[in-house]
Amino acid sequence: MTPVPLFDRPVIYFTVAALLLAIGVFGLLRRRTLIGMLISGELIFSGASLNLMAFNRFKAPDPAVGQIFVLFIMGLAAAEIAIALSIILAVYRNYRSVKTRELTELKG
Amino acid sequence: MPTFPASTMIVGGVFLLCAATTVAGALIAALTARIIRSVCGLMICCLGLAGLYYFLHSPFLALMEILIYVGAVCVTIIFAVMLAEPEESVQDDKRASAVLWGGFAFLICAAIFWGLWQLGAHHDWTAPATRVNDGSVEAIGKSLLTTYSLAFELISLALLVAIVGALAIARTGRSKP
Repeated sequence: MTPVPLFDRPVIYFTVAALLLAIGVFGLLRRRTLIGMLISGELIFSGASLNLMAFNRFKAPDPAVGQIFVLFIMGLAAAEIAIALSIILAVYRNYRSVKTRELTELKG
Repeated sequence: MPTFPASTMIVGGVFLLCAATTVAGALIAALTARIIRSVCGLMICCLGLAGLYYFLHSPFLALMEILIYVGAVCVTIIFAVMLAEPEESVQDDKRASAVLWGGFAFLICAAIFWGLWQLGAHHDWTAPATRVNDGSVEAIGKSLLTTYSLAFELISLALLVAIVGALAIARTGRSKP
């Protein structure tokens, strides 16, 4: 019996997805501009999509469902990017900055 | 059936390359100081992710990942970078509070990764007994037009609302000519 090839082991996909989520959360906490936080959010989206696809490939009875779900996630991510970037541009027009530290109205 | 010599090794190497590309791109996206490099890291990450989708028997999603993320999302972010010049200053990294919060964030993320990895590696997920279809593009298309037709229409509506909303938000505040 031949050993299971590397790309047929679900644990590797789970590990990569967990790494993507962890790196995304780290970037979300550490970034100091709105666009950087948006990019980290995209990494979290990617981790969720990869996790869903791994479960879809190895554990789901209907392999089409996970692909459709991930397709919808991509569509919603595109919509979210469009809205978020227009909000960022509106913020930049008002404050002349997208650094989260400087986006304050009150002193102190 | 004649096979190419060492094809198993080559396929395994390509798979490891895809996984390493994904993780390396994510690290570049999260850790570099310049935002434009961060966007390039996101592009690299999405290219690796497309390869992983291909290995998960879904060439359709691999194509969509490159088309939507690399082709649309990253290019849109680059437009915003050019318009809003979001440069992070390097001096802020040197302060004690920044280092402290960075370490705190690292601890949180290490805990998240460790917990998820334990769950994924050691839980006994049950595999399905039968598959109802083969997960091909044909099966996806049939599902999209029958079972998930309502969700399919709703996603197009959501995209339309997002486009109109983005135009409306970006327009306010602009001074009249």
